[in-house]
This record gives sequence, structure tokens and C-alpha cells, in this order.
Amino acid sequence: MSEVTLNNAELRTGETPSRAALLRRMRTSDALFHGLTRAAAIAVLLLLSGVIASLVIGSAPAFRAFGFSFFTTESWNPVTEKFGALAPIYGTLVTSFIAMAIAVPIGLMIAFFLTELCPGWLRRPIGIAIELLAGIPSIIYGIWGLFVFAPFLQRYVQPFLIDAFGNIPVLSTVFEGPPYGIGMLTAGLILAIMVLPFITSISRDVFDAVPPVLKEAAYGVGCTTWEVFRNIILPYTRVGVIGGFMLGLGRALGETMAVTFVIGNAHKISASILAPGTTISASIANEFTEAVGDIYTSSLIALGLILFLITFVVLAAARYMLMRLQRRIG
Amino acid sequence: MPEAANNALYAGRRRRNVIAKGLALAATALGLGWLVLILGVLLYEGLGGLSLSVFTEMTPPPGAAGGLLNAIVGSLILTGLAVLIGTPIGVLAGTYLAEYGRHDKLSSVVRFINDVLLSAPSIVIGLFVYEVMVAPMGHFSGWAGAVALAVIVIPVVVRTTEDMLTLVPDTLREAAASIGLPRAHMIIRIAYRAAQAGIVTGILLAVARISGETAPLLFTALNNQFWSTNMNAPMPSLPVVIFQFALSPYEEWQSLAWTGALLITVTVLALSIIARSLTSTRKSS
Repeated sequence: MSEVTLNNAELRTGETPSRAALLRRMRTSDALFHGLTRAAAIAVLLLLSGVIASLVIGSAPAFRAFGFSFFTTESWNPVTEKFGALAPIYGTLVTSFIAMAIAVPIGLMIAFFLTELCPGWLRRPIGIAIELLAGIPSIIYGIWGLFVFAPFLQRYVQPFLIDAFGNIPVLSTVFEGPPYGIGMLTAGLILAIMVLPFITSISRDVFDAVPPVLKEAAYGVGCTTWEVFRNIILPYTRVGVIGGFMLGLGRALGETMAVTFVIGNAHKISASILAPGTTISASIANEFTEAVGDIYTSSLIALGLILFLITFVVLAAARYMLMRLQRRIG
Repeated sequence: MPEAANNALYAGRRRRNVIAKGLALAATALGLGWLVLILGVLLYEGLGGLSLSVFTEMTPPPGAAGGLLNAIVGSLILTGLAVLIGTPIGVLAGTYLAEYGRHDKLSSVVRFINDVLLSAPSIVIGLFVYEVMVAPMGHFSGWAGAVALAVIVIPVVVRTTEDMLTLVPDTLREAAASIGLPRAHMIIRIAYRAAQAGIVTGILLAVARISGETAPLLFTALNNQFWSTNMNAPMPSLPVVIFQFALSPYEEWQSLAWTGALLITVTVLALSIIARSLTSTRKSS
């Protein structure tokens, strides 16, 4: 403000030229600032183009060498320089699927609790606690998963799973093998804990946006709390809830450190989810600095490009759905 | 409908309701249980290794005692530089979206792109910076690490700046315009001041986010066993040291990893609580 008052004094005492100069100065600084902000906005645009361009250029040698077979080959052999992305892609999808299968119902139920059942004074603290869970860096989940969760699974849960499903045809292959502790199931469970807060907070936000009149009408005709949730709230917010799932899925797909600790980094596809595997991000994190040779590096960058494209599609779909819900609620 | 069937129906509905409520309660307990469990283990393991030497000694060679001083300093430098690089770009871009181009085509594209960047896997950002900085320069460097973190800061700051500026009432802008204040001056002197707390919150959240980031540093700043403030050389950082030490077979290293993990978590939680209280006082006032 001080400059303005100063300028005003100038205006009062000064002659016309200084006023014109002042106006000119203001106009240039105005245009300059406008240009600056515009440049920054365009820089954001260039940033993403840069990410995509660098990944495409970096992965070109790998795609030239392997062609489409890069997507269909399981082998990953640095010695013979034969690389295929099938195992990491498979691992990424399986771990994310496990994570979503667990986190979605639990997240929805927590959001149900927070919006419909929870007493008012408890709602904020619980909501904050769940959001703190989202703020914990992924490396913490990783170290916790490696030292605490994996040994626990190895000792208690996995032997039980192997015994329980040992005689059932399909499930015996899914839960087969020695309990390593680390492996795809462990990674999936850690991911579930990580995406849970995302799903919960988005679901809670969209549930809160349901017009109270709708709920009151349902209660008025004698619906139970569960029936209101099941038949009014869920259908009304379906698009938004699915958008929330997709955001969580996007995070699960791209998550690196937590998975790297507990996945076991084995480039092979096993039917058993107890077996070690690998994901796209874990392969990159584990091998990139040690990758020797252009084709090896390029194959890892190609993995990065695939990961980026998958998450891009999932996230774009999520945004689109959340936008649609927003438009409807207005 | 006969009385009995009616009663059975009612009982069934009530049973389902009770079961659902019980499940919801159980799910919430489970969610909170994880938080308590993780923080509990972290406190137990981390406090055990916490001592003054953690802050005064360098990271040790395998099998020896030591501290995390170089990693802590490295993290501070990298985070600080990333914020210095990322914040101006983020704030300016956010300003464009909220003030100049609220409805133009460029803004809607940038807004979408920013959302994509916001949730892009951080390891991909690391690959990007490796390709544009590490590979051409021929070596890993602190600069590359700082830039990688800055790329993560930018979208967070853009988003919060835009949101906070949009909340500033238009009457303020009109009042400024009516006394002949040019737009740039109006934004800097009035809109920024009104949105101050919110913008600072955004920056704090960005710091919280990058102070635990590991993946983008793995192949940009790499790591360094020794004290280094040379930005052109590989630079140690807390998350990367934790990663390396936790996966090692040495007990001293593992214990330091836990201590480092505790330090990071405390920092991140403190930052997000401060950020939260900043916005909540703003709302109530």
C-alpha cells in the first residue's frame, strides 16, 4: 500500500509528465506480470510434454529392438539383453487388484460410518486421523512392511492360507508355495493400507454432498440406516465414488517404495500370490542405477512409459467421473 | 401380507442394518488400528536408536556406529532448493489460472495437465529428470535431485494457489479496479494478501509431500556416504539412506533406518498439522 500513497502524493504535487510516466510504468509492470504468469502456466504445460517426450525418446531403443514382443515376453535377462515387460505389468495389475479388493469395501464402510453413524464430535478427529494415514510417506510403509508386516504374514497368515485352501482346486494354486513373507500378497496388502485413506476421504466428501432432503424422505418412509445408504446415498453418488476408486487405483499402480521393499523383485509370473514378483515401479527403482548398457536402461524407461500411460488413462477417467458428479450436484 | 411374514421381513431388515453398522464400526476401528500400529512400531523402533550422535555424526560404513547428519543436511538442502525453484513457478501459474485466464482455453488445458502431474507416479518424474539432466551431464547430482523434487512441488502449489485465489471475493477486485489500480498491482497487493494463509498452506503441504519422497531421488541425487554440499556431486538424502540401510543386513544400519523413518514421519505429520491449523483459523476468522 505504501507505494500507492507515495504515488498519490506524487500525483498531487507533480506535473503532467510524471503522471504520464507513472501510468506508463504501471502499464509495463502490469503487462510484465501478466506475461510472467502466462509463461509459468505454459511452463506447466511444457513440463508434462517434456515428461512424455523424454520417456518416448528414452524408450525408443527398447521398442525398436523388441517391437510388440516387449509386451508379451516374460523373460528379463540382463546378460543376454532380452527384456520383456509382461511380468512387471502382471505384478502391477495383480497387486493393485488385491489392494482395491480390500480397500474399496473397507473405505466405503468407514465413509458410511463417518457420514451416517458417527457422533458429531468424533467425526473430525477420526477424519483427520484417516487423512494422516494418507500423509505418511510411502517409504515408512515400506520399512514397516518389511520388518513388521511381512514376518507376521510369514509366521501366521500365510501358513494358514496355504493349509486352508490346499485342497480346493483353483485356490490351492493361488495360495501355493512356501510362505516367504514377502511377495505379491504382502505388497497388495500394504497398498491397500495406503490407498484406504484416499478412498475414504473422497467417498466421505461425496456422501456429504447428498442433499439431506433425499435422505430424510427415505427415513420418513421407514428405511433403516443401511437401506438409506444402500438405496439412496450409493446410487446418488455412484459416479463420484467410482471416481474416488480410480484415484486410489492410480496411486496403487504408481506406488514405488512401499512395494519395492516387500515384492521380492522376481521377474516371473506365478499363479500363486504368495510368490515373489515385481511391479513396473519396483523394477525401475531396484535396477535403474545398476542397469548397464543402452538396451537395459531403455527397457526400464519403456516400463516407465507404460506405467505413465496406464496411470494417465485411469486418472483421466477418475477426473472425468468426479467432474460429472460435480456438475450434477452443481 | 400375513403377520408372520411381515414380522420376518422386519426382523431381517433390522438384522441387516445391525450387521452393516457393526461392519462399519469394525472397518473404522481397523483403519485407525493401522495408524496406531504403524506409529507405535515407528516410535518404538525409532526412539530406541535416537541419540545425539544421530544429529552429529555421518552415516557409518557397514557394521559401525554413526549418525545421519549428512543425510539430514542433504535432505534439507534438496527440499529447500526444490521449494525455491518450484514455488515461484507454481504460484505464478496458479495466479494465471485464477486471475487472468479463469475461463480461457489455455487454462482448462493447464488445469487438466496439472492434475495429471499432481498424481503422476513420482518414479516417472525421476526417469524424466534422469533423461534431461543426469544423462546429458554424465553424472548424478544434487541439482538433478532438487529439480526432480521441484517438479513434484509445482502441481501442488499451482492447485492450492488457484483454489485459494478463487476464494477471494470478486468485490475486493472490483474495489481495487475502481480506484484505478492496474490488475497486476491488485493481484500482488490485494488478492495475494487475502489468500496468503492458503498459499502458505499449499507450500507447506508440498514440503510435506517431498520430504518423504524417495523414488525420484534414487537416480537423480543418488546417495553419498560422506558429507557433501556440492550440488554438482551426488548428494545424500534421508529417504534414500533409509531405503539403502533398511535393505542391508547390518543391524546398526537398520536401526539408523528406523530412526530416520521416525524423523521423516514426525516432520511430515508436524507440517501437515501446521498446514491444517493455518487454514482452519482462516476459516473461522
